[in-house]
Amino acid sequence: MTFAARASQAIKGAALMDFAGAFGLAMKYMLRPKKTVIYPNERGPQSPRFRGEHVLRRYPNGEERCIACKLCEAICPAQAIVIEAEPRADGSRRTTRYDIDMVKCIYCGLCQEACPVDAIVEGPNTEYAVETREELYYDKQRLLDNGDRWEREIAKNLELDAPYR
Amino acid sequence: MIPADNPWIWFGLTLVQVALVLMGVMVSLAFLLWGDRKIWAGVQMRKGPNVVGPFGLFQSFADFMKFVLKEIVIPDGSDKAVFLLAPLLSFILAFGAWAVIPMGPGWVVANINVGILYLFAISSLGVYGIIMGGWASNSKYPFLGSLRSAAQMVSYEVSLGLIIITVILLAGSMNLQTIVSKQAGGFWNWNVFGGGLHNLPLIVVMVPMMVIFFISALAETNRPPFDLPEAESELVAGYQIEYSSTPYLLFMIGEYANIVLMCGMISILFFGGWQAPYPTGFMAHWSPTLVSLHGLLWFAIKMVFWFFMFAMAKAIVPRYRYDQLMRLGWKVFLPTSGIAVVLVAAYRVFGPGA
Repeated sequence: MTFAARASQAIKGAALMDFAGAFGLAMKYMLRPKKTVIYPNERGPQSPRFRGEHVLRRYPNGEERCIACKLCEAICPAQAIVIEAEPRADGSRRTTRYDIDMVKCIYCGLCQEACPVDAIVEGPNTEYAVETREELYYDKQRLLDNGDRWEREIAKNLELDAPYR
Repeated sequence: MIPADNPWIWFGLTLVQVALVLMGVMVSLAFLLWGDRKIWAGVQMRKGPNVVGPFGLFQSFADFMKFVLKEIVIPDGSDKAVFLLAPLLSFILAFGAWAVIPMGPGWVVANINVGILYLFAISSLGVYGIIMGGWASNSKYPFLGSLRSAAQMVSYEVSLGLIIITVILLAGSMNLQTIVSKQAGGFWNWNVFGGGLHNLPLIVVMVPMMVIFFISALAETNRPPFDLPEAESELVAGYQIEYSSTPYLLFMIGEYANIVLMCGMISILFFGGWQAPYPTGFMAHWSPTLVSLHGLLWFAIKMVFWFFMFAMAKAIVPRYRYDQLMRLGWKVFLPTSGIAVVLVAAYRVFGPGA
């Protein structure tokens, strides 16, 4: 570094040129509209592909979609899904047990992609925080209830996403 | 101001004054803390605390409740007495310094003649709270943080002392009330402009002194960009790591009380303290209380302005490296302020005002 460069740097530092510039910039940004989203009252946009809490869907006539093919169980990289199946009284193949360990789940969405009947779907819900670990071990009833609760939103999202599948 | 004939009345009145100052400073600290966070958020285009009360004004009180209700964790290997004494010390010292700060004409708890020396002594002692806290934690990061803070605060006190000497030379007194009174009659009489029109050439010395005082005050109070004792990227939280609950709260209140104290000091030493920036001849027939309130208002405005500058410095300036910090303190500020003392002294002896 030449003497002139050092001197000019020292003078710039002594004159607080950097500080004044940063101060002006900061004031400019301070007067701009804020980017904050006031979360519980405002929400950011969500893609139709959003992978949130799992649900098990039903057909419009109330029959559950899942046919216990166990493709989701097989593909699940975290091995979070456990399925047991038996023929039902009317002879159709249905699950007797469908558990998802939401603590193990990594929300990759592979179960949803593997499902041939769109039974297991990751819905748009993200607000299912609970106080104990046990409450996150979802069973079939919990998943079916979720499906009933979120059916409208999920059907809409699937329809929006259908052209890209 | 105080009728000193009966010691008990004097004692009671002083106690009331102390309580008033303590409460005033504490409550204003709560809102300044909120303001600090709002300013910082504003620069980053965030909204900042806005839930508790209107505009989030009561956020600090909610935080206070939270801190107080948490469990006090004392590490097993710590020196328990020193561990609990350290935050208390830094809290008491930070508020003890407020005793000599003149809030308005005649409004000061202890109008002692060496007010500046007292302030300087108290703020030097402040480093003990941090060293004790870091050492008593019996942990590595707090210890490193307190070592850093010891060297940092001692280094910057040297240049702070020299800067204060320039002001003492201008005012000819160490009494803070006298220093403020000398700056009466308009902003051109403030020490930052040399203290009076006949001293105007000293502006080239006093303005840099004011800037150096501000930067040294940042370093002295461990504020960013000199928050190396609690550098969270390397030392997690420095000397405060092992602290929780009320002891941590005491540390934080002490830190902010020190920051506001430094804002008060820079206002008193360079910007006329409670003096209005215009001639106050028209207030001759005002009642003394009104004049004092007017002074308090101006003092508060100046302190809030300097607190704003503290907050902005925190928001916009990147942290110094430790060797840069030491270089700035010892190789830039110390010689500059030393030369300034010589210049001001020479001007006082040989200049036109002599």
